[in-house]
Amino acid sequence: MSNRIDVRKTYKLFINGQFPRSESGRVYEITSAGNFLANPAQASRKDLRDAVTAARAAQSGWAKATAYNRGQILYRIAEMLEGRASQFVDEICAVEKLTPTKAKAEVEQAIDSWVWHAGWADKIASVFGATNPVSGPYFNFTIPEPVGVVGIFAPEKQSLLGLVNSLAPVMLSGNTAVLVASQSAPLTAITFSEVLATSDLPAGVCNILTGLKDELSPWMASHMDVDAMDISGIAKKNQAQLREAGADNLKRIFAFSDKQSVARISAFLEAKTVWHTIGV
Amino acid sequence: MITYSIVDGTESSLKNFLKTLPGVDQVGAEARAAMLGTRSIKAASKNYAIELAISMVDLTTLEGADTPGKVRALCSKGLRPDPTDATVPHVGAICVYNDMVSTARQHLDSIGGSDLPIAAVSTAFPSGRASMPVKIHDTQDAIDAGATEIDMVIDRGAFLSGRFGEVFEEIKIIKELCGDRAHLKVILETGELVTYDNVRKASYIAMLAGADFIKTSTGKVTPAATAPVVLVMLEAVRDYYELTGTRIGVKAAGGIRTTKDAIKQLVLVNETAGPEWLNPALFRIGASALLNDLLQQRMKMREGRYASPNYVTID
Amino acid sequence: MSAFEYAPAPESRAVVSIEPEYGLFINGKFVKGKKHFPSINPATGEKLSNITQASNADVDKAVLAARSAYQKTWSKMAPAQRAKYLYRIARILQERAREFAVLETLDNGKPIRESRDVDVPLAAAHFFYHAGWADKLQHAGFGSAPKPHGVVGQIIPWNFPLLMLAWKIAPALATGNTVVLKPAESTSLTALLFAQVCQQAELPAGVVNIVTGDGAVGAALVNHPGIDKIAFTGSTDVGKIIARSVAHSGKSLTLELGGKGANIVFEDAAIDEAVEGIVNGIFFNQGHVCCAGSRLLIQEGIHDEVVGKLKVRMAKIRVGDPMDKNTDLGAINSAEQLMKINELVDYGKKEGGEIWSPQCTLPSKGFWFAPTIFSGVTQAHRIAREEIFGPVLSILTFRTPQEAIEKANNTPFGLSAGIWSEKGSRTLWASNQLKAGVIWANTFNKFDPASPFGGYKESGWGREGGRHGLGSYIKGGDHE
Repeated sequence: MSNRIDVRKTYKLFINGQFPRSESGRVYEITSAGNFLANPAQASRKDLRDAVTAARAAQSGWAKATAYNRGQILYRIAEMLEGRASQFVDEICAVEKLTPTKAKAEVEQAIDSWVWHAGWADKIASVFGATNPVSGPYFNFTIPEPVGVVGIFAPEKQSLLGLVNSLAPVMLSGNTAVLVASQSAPLTAITFSEVLATSDLPAGVCNILTGLKDELSPWMASHMDVDAMDISGIAKKNQAQLREAGADNLKRIFAFSDKQSVARISAFLEAKTVWHTIGV
Repeated sequence: MITYSIVDGTESSLKNFLKTLPGVDQVGAEARAAMLGTRSIKAASKNYAIELAISMVDLTTLEGADTPGKVRALCSKGLRPDPTDATVPHVGAICVYNDMVSTARQHLDSIGGSDLPIAAVSTAFPSGRASMPVKIHDTQDAIDAGATEIDMVIDRGAFLSGRFGEVFEEIKIIKELCGDRAHLKVILETGELVTYDNVRKASYIAMLAGADFIKTSTGKVTPAATAPVVLVMLEAVRDYYELTGTRIGVKAAGGIRTTKDAIKQLVLVNETAGPEWLNPALFRIGASALLNDLLQQRMKMREGRYASPNYVTID
Repeated sequence: MSAFEYAPAPESRAVVSIEPEYGLFINGKFVKGKKHFPSINPATGEKLSNITQASNADVDKAVLAARSAYQKTWSKMAPAQRAKYLYRIARILQERAREFAVLETLDNGKPIRESRDVDVPLAAAHFFYHAGWADKLQHAGFGSAPKPHGVVGQIIPWNFPLLMLAWKIAPALATGNTVVLKPAESTSLTALLFAQVCQQAELPAGVVNIVTGDGAVGAALVNHPGIDKIAFTGSTDVGKIIARSVAHSGKSLTLELGGKGANIVFEDAAIDEAVEGIVNGIFFNQGHVCCAGSRLLIQEGIHDEVVGKLKVRMAKIRVGDPMDKNTDLGAINSAEQLMKINELVDYGKKEGGEIWSPQCTLPSKGFWFAPTIFSGVTQAHRIAREEIFGPVLSILTFRTPQEAIEKANNTPFGLSAGIWSEKGSRTLWASNQLKAGVIWANTFNKFDPASPFGGYKESGWGREGGRHGLGSYIKGGDHE
């Protein structure tokens, strides 16, 4: 055995392309088999507020990028994920107590899912749009647009795959995201944010918080500048109160039972219908 | 009364002015005209409209087969549209070819219709394809024969190839020829201009060059006086009045055959240019068959039963 | 007559027979009610009939009838057969169009020209369009075996009573749901006449049930455990209340709510058509339109010209008897709505907006409001932010296209917007930038069953019409 002392990583938040500590100064302990593993930040409502501000600022630019460009940036993320695969496997093994084989399988599945999503960016307008045969001299078409800023509560289990399957469908269409990571297994999310930081993704498009879901979710649900939420990672018994709070600005709130699905893409789209006269 | 102040008559000044005109959205213009076509004109307002429409008819014959006899009959009809009812107003004018003007003049004078205007179609009507000296002579001839109104055609070829200055210049020359002796109606032949943008531009060229009236069509080309075309021309005279303080008349000609059609035209005038235009000095309907339908409808309104064509004269 | 004044041209009422009292339509039959309230003609104040205030027990019966029809008949029927009922309904609506138009105008106060030319033909078109979808749902992009929710509770507003009924019932039935529908309290008559259409079409009993009454009946529907999905059209305030109620029940919910649509006129617009579009945008249906173009944004360079032309045009608006075929602007639907309009208009005056209306004589009976514009309005004015839902236009200006978009989007609503420009690239740019579900370029207030309708932000959830609208009535279809 080497007697070298490990250089540990400080797990911080990911807001607007940077890695701040929580403004509250709080952390919470993650252990593995009773041993200390890390002190990730315990984000506060103010961190959430900052993350939403960053996501809002980034949204129009991200939506304006060409679908091809978004697709390439997403694919670049997959490339970076692949390069760090072993790091994710280690973290999953340590925190989620999976065998290396199972952890490796999850990481591979997550990367493949990310690639699948990357390819959707320039397909959604064809699949979810339409030209509509109205009765009159009008050209009428419907195009899908991103809903805006989406708050995501990632699933507790399968910390990386769950994150990928909830984040990618939101981002690919031009939404920006504030993602609250698996509370019990947050380390992969932060490592994932390091991937994002090195993948040409504009700052603020994806912001990742770690902390207590019960503390953060009411603030997310009541935030009047959040357009939609994915609450799949919230315990069923707590979902109704979030939906109720979200009604104040009529947030689109969804909980999904499936993992990798088209439904998760279309849920965060708005259909815009444009009429134009046809004449000489 | 020629307004040169807005343009100096050069092609470039004309083009620059026409560029300032807003476009016409075809769908919107047609929708507005169609909506006005749903106005329901009943009872007293229908009586009023029929009477008004009769007084606005430019009773027209423009056939190769026209003869002095046909023209004389037309004049009689125009002066007293219903021989059994002297309360029916005379029409707005009699409209004939150049060579029939003197016949019409003499006949009208002989039957007490000296005040009834005679309109002559001019400038190589209907195509306008003749040299300028011919057009000038054509017009001069008609005025000398007693025409009080000249219905000239614009050079659509020049217009469509963008030679707006030429179109303007021709109108200006004919207007000078008309002087105080004849009113000038400028036929745009909207069916050949095709777009409402063109109709608007041509309307302004005509007005700027001195037209007293702008007229939709020769009646020889379809479509002719469709509701949206008349709408766009009425907008033009309304806006021109805003711009200059001068009211230019509008003549809708071609395709207006029924009382219903005519009343739709009056509704267009009323709700677009405004009630100031609702008189024969500012609105005319060029027609032939229309008059008898108006007369039949008038009978129906007065007698409360449906009329028979046997009771209206076919001249 | 010395001027061309239009003589009265009233549509005949003879085509409708209004019963003195109406019951509820449950399980294919009219059921007598216990409590009643009057339905009045807002143009005259005349009482038209007594409408039943449904009790909770009545709602129970209606939901049970819908459930039973769903289980025993409707869900078992081959989709192609279901389609035929919808075709039948479309045809009967066309056959009885005059009757529906007259009844709608009497009950709602809208001009007969609009009920005749817009509401009723579009209602028939909605049934015809959706009829064709019934046996093609597997091709609509909601998976290979799309499933209905089951029993749908639908609550509709008073501004387009029959049309909103069609928007709700046609897609619900086409996708295989059964329905309990509550019309608005002040406009129940055409829904009750529609019940007769269902009978003529021999629609299986219980597939469509109609319960009348006030908001309490709506609340009973929203909170009824036997209902799988709620579809609501109405105010944003009520929409939020429903969203909160439904949060705990797991019911699916779609909402079509309020708006404060920006109608943007760029300096290169076709001005005459833009003026028509402005008039149509705010004075169509007395401004009782959720997607009304109630905020006019004019580029500064053409402000005076446009407002000048608008005033001339507004002077031609014919206000009065809705039954007159020449009327352009009818009655305000209720005393309550008139009060709301007055309150906001008073605010507008206090806030310094410059108010203008053309000369027009309003009828002495009934509820009326003259077509009105406010110039010099800014984003900070209440009348630029709140939905007036009446014939009142707020006029703002902008200097650059960017400023127009910023102002247009500066609202919690996101239902509709208008763009007037002759420049194609600018129009497409603006329609990209606008946060609204429906954008009309060089037109306004156009509707079609094939065209999805619905809002961004606080203007609603989901779409109605077109392929997208089917999703509202398919399980999981709001996110598939």
